[in-house]
Amino acid sequence: MTRTDLGMPAFPEAAREAVRDGVLRANLRHATHTIRDKRARAVAELADWDRLRAAGKAVKDHTLRHLDRHLLRLEAAVTAAGGTVHWAVDADEANRIVTELVRATGEREVVKVKSMATQEIGLNEALEAAGIAAYETDLAELIVQLGRDRPSHILVPAIHRNRAEIRDIFRAEMGRWGRPAPDALGDDPRELAEAARLHLREKFLRAKVAVSGANFMVAETGTMVVLESEGNGRMCLTLPETLISVVGIEKVVPTFRDLEIFLQTLPRSSTAERMNPYTTMWTGLGPSRGADGDGPSAFHLVLLDNGRTDTLADETGRQALRCIRCSACLNVCPVYERAGGHAYGSVYPGPIGAVLSPQLRGTGSAIDASLPYASTLCGACYDVCPVAIDIPEILVHLRERVAQGGPVTRHGIRVRIRPAHGHTAERAAVRAARLLLDRPGALRAGERLLARARRLTPRRLPGPGRAWTDTRELPSVPAESFRDWWTRERGTPQ
Amino acid sequence: MTSKDRILARIRRAVQQPAAQTGPGPDADIPRDYLRVHATRTPQERVDLLAAHLAEYRARVHRTDEDGLRDLLGRLLADAATVQLPPDLGFGLPSDPSLTFVTDHAAQTPRDLDRVDAVVTGCALAIAETGTIVLDGGPSQGRRRITLVPDHHICLVRVPGQVVDSVPEALPLLDPGRPLTWISGPSATSDIELERVEGVHGPRTLDVVLVAAPDPRPDPDPRPGTQ
Repeated sequence: MTRTDLGMPAFPEAAREAVRDGVLRANLRHATHTIRDKRARAVAELADWDRLRAAGKAVKDHTLRHLDRHLLRLEAAVTAAGGTVHWAVDADEANRIVTELVRATGEREVVKVKSMATQEIGLNEALEAAGIAAYETDLAELIVQLGRDRPSHILVPAIHRNRAEIRDIFRAEMGRWGRPAPDALGDDPRELAEAARLHLREKFLRAKVAVSGANFMVAETGTMVVLESEGNGRMCLTLPETLISVVGIEKVVPTFRDLEIFLQTLPRSSTAERMNPYTTMWTGLGPSRGADGDGPSAFHLVLLDNGRTDTLADETGRQALRCIRCSACLNVCPVYERAGGHAYGSVYPGPIGAVLSPQLRGTGSAIDASLPYASTLCGACYDVCPVAIDIPEILVHLRERVAQGGPVTRHGIRVRIRPAHGHTAERAAVRAARLLLDRPGALRAGERLLARARRLTPRRLPGPGRAWTDTRELPSVPAESFRDWWTRERGTPQ
Repeated sequence: MTSKDRILARIRRAVQQPAAQTGPGPDADIPRDYLRVHATRTPQERVDLLAAHLAEYRARVHRTDEDGLRDLLGRLLADAATVQLPPDLGFGLPSDPSLTFVTDHAAQTPRDLDRVDAVVTGCALAIAETGTIVLDGGPSQGRRRITLVPDHHICLVRVPGQVVDSVPEALPLLDPGRPLTWISGPSATSDIELERVEGVHGPRTLDVVLVAAPDPRPDPDPRPGTQ
């Protein structure tokens, strides 16, 4: 049996490599510590932070309970404002819809605003297979794309790269995709940002089609909201003729007023700013229905399920759908800080990824079955979450599901999953303990036997328990059990 | 069965509980006891806070009145040759013969805008607590692209009238049907080692001019929610 079959090892194995990479650990430590201190200051500025957090949680919970109603309202409002709404059950369907929409324009390239949903469904790869080039325009996404790399952080996908690495990637790769990096490019972040500006400007000015996600969709008005910093979002959302937004169904909020909560909590939680530099809100094609040349003349909204309704069916796990993708939980997580984002094997790394990926994808694969264990349950993630997702609670819940199996919803169908491999010994141990604890006589006999043989007890467990004692010492067995001591000191129990 | 029907059916199965059928109105179960504003401020304090927060995010903040505006704009545009304008700025402009003014029109392409040196606009409102100015595409602001492609944006805010305290105070004054752009400092990125660097794709220089002036003429586009 390989270690991968044991159920647990996918994350540990991926993490082991990352933990040994000194540069990566230094990069992660520097970046996460920088941002977590700033976040704490930004949050402390608002005396009503806890109330904003409770309100954000309540809005999201309410929306999820009435998700059908709010999605229908949203569809009606977007349609009335000149947009077209598509529904995609899974990644394949969403990719098909977007590919067809791009094909219909006759264009062979699209510019993209950073979007977790399109990463989740592998849209760039699907477009590439159809002969359409997708250019990422967020600076960090550009670094990842040019470096043929994978994102490792929700907000800062290239957090695992330091400035010198980024300079090398720009120098080596920009020329292949368009305007090359300046010859004497240094590693000052200012210079690197300038190189990205020049490289991408040409693409913005000629782009006819853009693909985005959205941070929020307002059901009442049909308004889409994108928060960003660099201006690449504004470029993609306003210059091209056709705009396609792929958005998870859980991103809907009921009213325009609800934004007053999230526009206060999201920027402070993610980039630790009072407000991010740019926020764009648009409703369909706007008041002129696209006739005034302000923004696209065609707008398509693709509403994505892809495991979200399955997650919604789990009463404990559904709170993960409140997530507004701020990434504060990544920045405070001791496991993320050491293992990095790649070890999570998903576009959603860190604590939120450990509860989201196994729910969106199911716990069938080695990595997804291992993710609920990628945590020390310290609870720092819950403390910083601006929508109060109790991540430790979901982690424990998912561990139980992995170890014991039980009813889950997959692809809209209620099924019963079997316990994952590799937890046999654990289950046997718990069963044996139950047997023993139910029978005081047997327990007493066992304790006395163990006490007499205490010099022979090993420091490490044999067999399947061995891995557990790799990093722990077995407690030494006392000469006398507590029950025997009590009887000797206080007499026979009644 | 369409994908829409399938998703809606899955949602209804997933949330099966009494609340799903007879659920309360949209707002019944949401506690809104958070603060509308985070301090009580005089109009002057509100304007000062806006200025401080804008400056903290590296916007260049200037204060003047209607009489001083022409001179100030002349100085801010000293390096510019071509200046973009919205359909109706609502303020007088410097009469410097070396400046060419271009008014926003539908035929202007992004490439045309890329050759413009600077843009001067008004705004819909400004938010003191977050250091934000909001554009809504009104006559004093023009299309979204004119404040995006040029490298230098000069934004005029009428103070104290256009300044509100907070995000909760701002939203009811805005019409979600219009394209809204919220701007808090110049374009920036934190993508390299999570350190903030100003100046990526949007205008790298943001000048905010706080003009002590009465509120603009009655808005030609009445906004809902203000009554």
